[in-house]
Amino acid sequence: MLSEKYKDEIADILSRYPVKRSALLPLLYLAQREAGYISEEAMQEIAGLLRLTPPQVYETATFYTMLNLKPVGKFHLQVCKSLMCALVGSDPLIGWLEKKLGIKAGETSKDGLFTLSKVECLGACGTGPMMQINDDYYERLTEEKVDRILADLKRDGTSALKTGPFMWPEPNGAKQ
Amino acid sequence: MPKHEPVLLKNMLQPGYTGSLKDYEQAGGYQALKKVLGKVAPADVTTMVIKSGLRGRGGAGFPTGVKWNFLPKDYQGPKYLCCNADESEPGTFKDRQLMERDPHQVLEGIALACYAIGAETAYIYIRGEFVLGSKILDKAVAEARAAGYLGKNVLGSGASIQIHVHRGAGAYICGEETALLESLEGKRGLPRVKPPFPATSGLYGKPTVINNVETLANLPHIVNRGPEWFASIGSPPKSAGTRIFCVSGHVKRPGNYEVPMGITLRELIFEQAGGMRSDKPLKAIIPGGASAAFLTPDHLDVKLDFESVAQAGSMLGSGGVTVMEEGTDMVWAALRLMEFFHHESCGKCSPCREGSSWLVQTLRRILAKRGRMEDLETLVQLCNNIAGRTVCAFGDAEVAPILSTLKYWRPEYEALIRKAEAHRAHELPMAGIRH
Repeated sequence: MLSEKYKDEIADILSRYPVKRSALLPLLYLAQREAGYISEEAMQEIAGLLRLTPPQVYETATFYTMLNLKPVGKFHLQVCKSLMCALVGSDPLIGWLEKKLGIKAGETSKDGLFTLSKVECLGACGTGPMMQINDDYYERLTEEKVDRILADLKRDGTSALKTGPFMWPEPNGAKQ
Repeated sequence: MPKHEPVLLKNMLQPGYTGSLKDYEQAGGYQALKKVLGKVAPADVTTMVIKSGLRGRGGAGFPTGVKWNFLPKDYQGPKYLCCNADESEPGTFKDRQLMERDPHQVLEGIALACYAIGAETAYIYIRGEFVLGSKILDKAVAEARAAGYLGKNVLGSGASIQIHVHRGAGAYICGEETALLESLEGKRGLPRVKPPFPATSGLYGKPTVINNVETLANLPHIVNRGPEWFASIGSPPKSAGTRIFCVSGHVKRPGNYEVPMGITLRELIFEQAGGMRSDKPLKAIIPGGASAAFLTPDHLDVKLDFESVAQAGSMLGSGGVTVMEEGTDMVWAALRLMEFFHHESCGKCSPCREGSSWLVQTLRRILAKRGRMEDLETLVQLCNNIAGRTVCAFGDAEVAPILSTLKYWRPEYEALIRKAEAHRAHELPMAGIRH
């Protein structure tokens, strides 16, 4: 039960809004953080917390692409395929990832580690091709960089190649 | 290139600047809030912003102070400010930089706007993917609250200003202001029918102002240096100030460049962004995000201000400038953008929901060399039945890539169709069934 495990966090979220339903997206995120996806049970519990009907929760949850209503791999690779990234090579990059992971876009690897998705614009158009893995952005990708990221994730669960606070170009032409 | 100094990016261009409260204060941060709170009447702050000529940086370019003035004057209940940080327009990536590298500049802008319109609560609606940005903002809000710049009785003025960061969850349409409000209320992000406008009935039905991140980040500078200073930059009176242009595509140095409005596309692409990435010449430019019509090399001397780009048949939009080199297939480019719009159509209005699907299918058919000449007429008809017939501006936006590529590169469409016709001529009459 979310309400027991995250009592304080839920109270904090609810305190930000004069109308309870506004807390719906934050609570759905909480459920997703807990289980990796949002289960029907979680939606029912959230409905109870916010005095909504389960269909009201469901109708909102199904509108947003970032809310997973089905389990995904431990690392969810979302590669931008919109025009700006496609101009600088996102299609071959997706092909490379499919080859390296042995899965097609939309699939999860057998070991449950990786889910590969093609997504629309993630707002990093000047530093494409790029992808988001769970919460982190990885930009200016090359095949070699992708290989290092995948190896890092398998070994350490994270990679130092992710983007920090974003600025491009960097001041004084550093790392151009 | 005109002489200019960066305004919004000035702090973060300093080596070692981290965007912490301490760094921001040392760079003169929160002076505007101190100057105004409890000392200048809120209405005078609005007048100052109107005088500066500041227009919205999110896409529509509506005059900011005028928008504030639409709020009912003698309203006693709660009012809200929403900072639109749902930066989702393909080609645009400036707000992310403003929030992640100098979050307090945005917060000070929000606090000033709250004071001017009499709102005690502001929500920053940030796109869900910007997890790092939302964490940085959360931390900055906590810092500012601890220092007395936010919270109850800010700087002893009696004014109360609370800021909450609210993450979206992956829906382009939530950058449309009324869809943003619906989403913030915990619903599907479907744009509302206007009127009523958010100024009278916005978040929870209360008077609400929605301003873009970059718009708000300009406010501390307008207060500190005066509206006359701001109005002297760029192409006043209608396009005052600097603009952060996000350059993407086939240039040497893509990225964010803050320049006075009114520099030409040529200056932005060839001086700021270093020109084309290879010896292939320029073929096409999108000057204001995916919703803006494509332009050609003939438009390189168009000035980047609201009016000039509109006169050239496109729009300045969100400041996302995408550059394409010779060899880029324009039908493919239009299809890529159309796939985006089809994916992101919220489904509320039939012309957009159904039309976007038809447009994608027709473009795919043409690109796969299975089109017919009458498909071009179908495309135009579809576009004309979407634009202007939907609740929000999404409908107008989604047809821009098709209509403009058809206008400038129609021979590319026709060439693909002629290949299809040549192919069909060799087919047996029944062979088409297999397709």
